[in-house]
Amino acid sequence: MIKIVKRDQPSKAIFFFTPVLAIFLTLIAGGIIFYILGFKPFEALKFFFIVPIADKYGFSELLLKATPLCLIAIGLSFCFKSNNWNIGAEGQLTFGAIVSGGVALLFYDQEGFYILPIVILAGAIGGMIYASIPAILKTYFNTNEILVSLMLVYVSKLILDYLVVGPWSNPEGFNFPETRQFSDSARLPLLFEGLRIHAGIFLALAAVVISWFVFYKTYLGFQMKVSGFSLKTAKYAGYKGKKMIILVFLISGACAGLAGVGEITGPIGQLHREVSPDYGFTAIIVAFLGRLHPVGIIFASLVVAITYLGAETAQIFMQIPKYTGQVFQGMILFFLLASDYLLFFKFKFIGTKK
Amino acid sequence: MIVDINFVGLIIASIMASAVPLILASCGELITERSGVLNLGVEGMMIIGAISGFALMTVTGSLIIAVFGAMLAGVLISTIFGFLTQTLITNHVATGLALTIFGIGISAMIGKNFVGIPGKEFPVLFEGLKDTIPLLSPILFGHSIVFYFAFALPFITSYFLKKTKIGLIVRAVGDSPESASNQGINVRFVRYACILYGGAMCGLAGAYLSMIYTPQWIENMTGGRGWIALALVVFSTWNPIKILIGAMIFGGLTIIQFHMQAIGVRIPVQFLTALPYIVTIIVLVVISRDSRKIRLSTPSSLGKSFYKDN
Repeated sequence: MIKIVKRDQPSKAIFFFTPVLAIFLTLIAGGIIFYILGFKPFEALKFFFIVPIADKYGFSELLLKATPLCLIAIGLSFCFKSNNWNIGAEGQLTFGAIVSGGVALLFYDQEGFYILPIVILAGAIGGMIYASIPAILKTYFNTNEILVSLMLVYVSKLILDYLVVGPWSNPEGFNFPETRQFSDSARLPLLFEGLRIHAGIFLALAAVVISWFVFYKTYLGFQMKVSGFSLKTAKYAGYKGKKMIILVFLISGACAGLAGVGEITGPIGQLHREVSPDYGFTAIIVAFLGRLHPVGIIFASLVVAITYLGAETAQIFMQIPKYTGQVFQGMILFFLLASDYLLFFKFKFIGTKK
Repeated sequence: MIVDINFVGLIIASIMASAVPLILASCGELITERSGVLNLGVEGMMIIGAISGFALMTVTGSLIIAVFGAMLAGVLISTIFGFLTQTLITNHVATGLALTIFGIGISAMIGKNFVGIPGKEFPVLFEGLKDTIPLLSPILFGHSIVFYFAFALPFITSYFLKKTKIGLIVRAVGDSPESASNQGINVRFVRYACILYGGAMCGLAGAYLSMIYTPQWIENMTGGRGWIALALVVFSTWNPIKILIGAMIFGGLTIIQFHMQAIGVRIPVQFLTALPYIVTIIVLVVISRDSRKIRLSTPSSLGKSFYKDN
């Protein structure tokens, strides 16, 4: 007979094993879905997960997509670790892009080494301003941060839409919904000739290192961890709860804003309607898949970035809709959450009693 | 200026029509939340309902099969959420998000072959009475059965929660799962049932959009209505009657922006589109500022997992 028993302590080994299990189960389920829809499962999976990254260009595209995901997920891990449900990173990214894009447009006909740092800073500030709204409303008005941060996503996209169609649209742009091109001084330098991967990747790597240090080497990291386990304990220990909530939101907003800067000053080079293919939402999955651990998040961002590329490749070669990427992203999170059951429970074999 | 009174009636009717999916989804989610479960997958369940209804209508040609099929699809997809949160004790917020992302993806995958196909006409009731009473006729008559059901649902839901024994059990499970469990109530079973019911209502809301309101299949056609429905539940402080009021306000904001553009009011269209979201935030702030009030009306165990060792 098999009995399910609660573990005394969550298993540490399984903690890092379940993400791998979740990815494996997602591949199987994905194959089954492809089969049901009338595609050859192995061929479809190959087009989804192997073909897109088989060459140098593909690998550069992988890093290009993983960069914003990693950056945002690092920021979100500050929030999630301390029990703050910021799910509006997409809005913070968009607002960061708006503010930094606005600054970049001021300098559109100028060159100078000082422009890029100002533009980057503006993006981080934009993201922070936008993230401070749910944070302040949560701390001072007791408002649910999930709904507020989410509603703000729609608002930010509409602000962007208004700007690129109206006041900021390119005067010589034949009424296309886009701004002028930024000057070269406002663009992140490319790392290799002919590939789109840009210096923004260093921002993501810096975020990884800094977050690792904060999480594991500082008092703030410890406070966040305690608050994540139990808000009551944190209160009892006398931590300044309100301050911390605002701080983690600001960090997370800054990271999302920087991801926005990376997109518009990297591959895009101007503002238009769609600065992000929902990186802000997908990064939530990345944060969980990476177990809110900086190194885990690097791996997770690479894995999830493949679903973006795979969806594009599969659309071109097999006419599978590009939304398939989201099916995989949703499934990864489902399976990850499901396999967490193994963290807290174990199967025990016991002899049948007579 | 002469205002045609029937025109006013038509505007009110169109506001009501745009409120229908919000009412259906919110009332479903309200029951789920009253049992202590926070399902953020409303948007995902609605979009699955939308494609299921439209696809079944196109394939089978039967509107009845399509409507009930959409509800069943909502039930099936919410079963995933139920299994994860209730049997495998996963976090409600993360699971709901996964459901929404998955739902949007899978609906677009299924809907690939249904883009651009025109919808069917959905039968309306009391059409003969349309010109009988000024102002009231367009409001009261000539709508689909789903429309009438939606406006009855808040009252049914309110009666169910306040006056029936099962309603009382649902509330008990949401407010104090431990004591409910000690009274011999199967908490997990009740929560499963409430989750599946919520799924059915969201499925119906989606079917209304793709079969009656729009009516055609467009990728991502729910366009954030699921999130507004979630906000409406908080807005209503878990009182179904107030959902009716909230849904009318949001429906009104949607409709008014069309008319303001038509009469040439110079406000950027994006601002008007953003209004429902901004208003939601303001309303959330106003009602949650009073922490005592929100504590009294919020199901105490909302979003918390319940695990009983046996």
